[in-house]
Amino acid sequence: MNFWLVLTVNSVTFGGLLFLLSAGFSLIFGLMRIPNLTHGSLFMLGAYFGATLLTGVFGVKLNFWVAAILAALGVAMIGALIERLLLRRLPGDALAQVLVTLGLSFIAADLCLMVWGGDPINVETPPWLGGFMRLGSVAFPNYRLAIIVIAVVFAIGLWMLLERTRLGAMIRAGVDDPDMARVVGIRVSQLFTIVFALGAALAAFAGIIGGPILSVYPGIDQDMLPLALVVVILGGTGSLLGSFVGSIIVGFIYNFGQALLPELAYFVLFLPMLLVLIFRPQGLFGRQLP
Amino acid sequence: MSIKRRSVLKGMLATGVSMAALKAPAVHGQGAPFKLGLLTVKTGPLAQGGIQMEQGVLTWLKEKNNTMAGRKVEFFSADTGGNPAGTKTKVQELVERDKVDVILGPLAAFELLAITDYIIQAKTPLMSLAAAEDMTQRRPNPYFIRASATSGQAMHPMADYAAKELKLKRIVTVSEDFAFGHEQMGAFQQVFEDAGGRIAKKIWPPLVTPDYTPYIAQISDCDGVCQGFAGSNPLRFMKAYAAAGLKFPVVGGETAGDDALLKSFGDEALGLVSCCPYTLDLETDGNKRFIDGMLKNFDTVPGQYAGLLYLNCMVVEAGLKSLNGDASDKEKLIKALRAVTLTDTPRGPVKFDHFGNVIGDFYIRKLGTDGAKYGLKYWNKTVKVYKDVSQFWTYDEKAFLAKPVYSRDNPPLKP
Repeated sequence: MNFWLVLTVNSVTFGGLLFLLSAGFSLIFGLMRIPNLTHGSLFMLGAYFGATLLTGVFGVKLNFWVAAILAALGVAMIGALIERLLLRRLPGDALAQVLVTLGLSFIAADLCLMVWGGDPINVETPPWLGGFMRLGSVAFPNYRLAIIVIAVVFAIGLWMLLERTRLGAMIRAGVDDPDMARVVGIRVSQLFTIVFALGAALAAFAGIIGGPILSVYPGIDQDMLPLALVVVILGGTGSLLGSFVGSIIVGFIYNFGQALLPELAYFVLFLPMLLVLIFRPQGLFGRQLP
Repeated sequence: MSIKRRSVLKGMLATGVSMAALKAPAVHGQGAPFKLGLLTVKTGPLAQGGIQMEQGVLTWLKEKNNTMAGRKVEFFSADTGGNPAGTKTKVQELVERDKVDVILGPLAAFELLAITDYIIQAKTPLMSLAAAEDMTQRRPNPYFIRASATSGQAMHPMADYAAKELKLKRIVTVSEDFAFGHEQMGAFQQVFEDAGGRIAKKIWPPLVTPDYTPYIAQISDCDGVCQGFAGSNPLRFMKAYAAAGLKFPVVGGETAGDDALLKSFGDEALGLVSCCPYTLDLETDGNKRFIDGMLKNFDTVPGQYAGLLYLNCMVVEAGLKSLNGDASDKEKLIKALRAVTLTDTPRGPVKFDHFGNVIGDFYIRKLGTDGAKYGLKYWNKTVKVYKDVSQFWTYDEKAFLAKPVYSRDNPPLKP
């Protein structure tokens, strides 16, 4: 009983973290039609920036949430620069864009290694979320429960942004049919920058939020990127609901797969992705790309 | 301004020349430098240990003013990238282009296995940290020496301590699902069950596991946990373990409690008992020199990767000395290296068995805050020293080698 309860809660927590990571990935994929392979690096950069701000710059130690927001803003700037300076120059050339983002991820990994060294960095849990919540005989760390709340808040926020604002309407238009959106006067190229920066910020935020669970270490980028890919392929590109449901599904598959079939953990993780690719290539909630 | 700069330059040249002139007589007619190669990993996820390896070598070279047994040392450091193909390329570069006399490294077993045949062919002595048991057991390589430990060498005493001093009875083991993990846990199980304990379950998360909670949820029906994680994984395992609210005592291997991790650990690791061939708190002149050097040169508190590479340099120097600095005959060189016995190294006294594997001290340490030095908050305090531990533990060598190598299912779980 406890076993199932612990795994269930953990699945939802992990799904929440994956949602923060993959929502941006999905939007970028949906709008710009490229799998952004630097997404894992943006996650890692966010985690490193946040960890640095937390341990103190010039003797000033920042509050966890302030550090998380500053780290996200910093990485958003980097994301915008990548889009403006590099991807912008390769319009429509998906292969070149993929290679550029892959190359950038290698550069980012080694830069992080140079700056922060190879030692893993421990991110402290914010003090007021440190304890446990007891449910019968099972203890749940408050922080993990908080991640669920954060993910839900972000999901609602993003949904409002996409469905209830003019910017959101423009992004949706760009995802559905970029050419037609241009014709009606939407500056799709500007949207690219905004969405890329937003996606980068979300990934970075996920990085620092995930810090107390995962800690920050070289290689975390390559650990997280495939999970984001699985989520987006499952859920469908450019769909917020798809990312959310996909994240939760992957969270469950990941946790239960590892606990019940540890030998087949990776197989179980990638099998649904394979099935979706065969039977519903646009993903569970994705629309057929034109 | 320019005149000034030039005169400074001249002055520098002059001192350089005069220093070279002063040193010349000490070379004993062996003009050519001794060439020392290092295979390490400076990029990617394994870089944490790899960078420490290079720092260990550089610290030693600096302390000895770049001389070994009277010969100038030329040092070649190669980055394998942490993969077998890269290791193969780099070892060929070191041997064929740079013509090194001895190679230190590589870091990981799969790197070592990719080049072991080549090393026999090239007849170049190799001193690796990689722990693969059979390299010095059932499939020995005559040009191989290991001054660190086999996978099981630290786990044998750890299991002995867990059974006899901690009085643990039922243990669940958790370790990465690859050869190093399998061999560690096999060794632990062998000794622990021989001492009357029982392994209740063995859990094998993949090498890359962002969150250990699903595995930790499977830990039950035991009075202790043994973890064999490496790299940064011990950190995340201990965090997830504490977050799950588990309180069973945790014991671990050489990488699980490595001193290099002390600066990253938090309260969740308090009480972790680990067994390691190197420990920061060994109070000897040799260890003090090494730690001071690391602090001075790199401003970093070392762990076993740096300590053991520094030790490798000491072994090479001692072997070279016994040959009066002549490394031209590789057969003689490897014999001399394996005959080395040292008394004051960062890990204590060291000698080698006839397979070229170390016989040395292993330290059981308990992680706490007591006695922490070098600006660290946490500290591994030695609670027991196992002296002169061989790779065969207390078992008879022949009987040990007659059994299959430790693996995922060997020894098997008892029902």
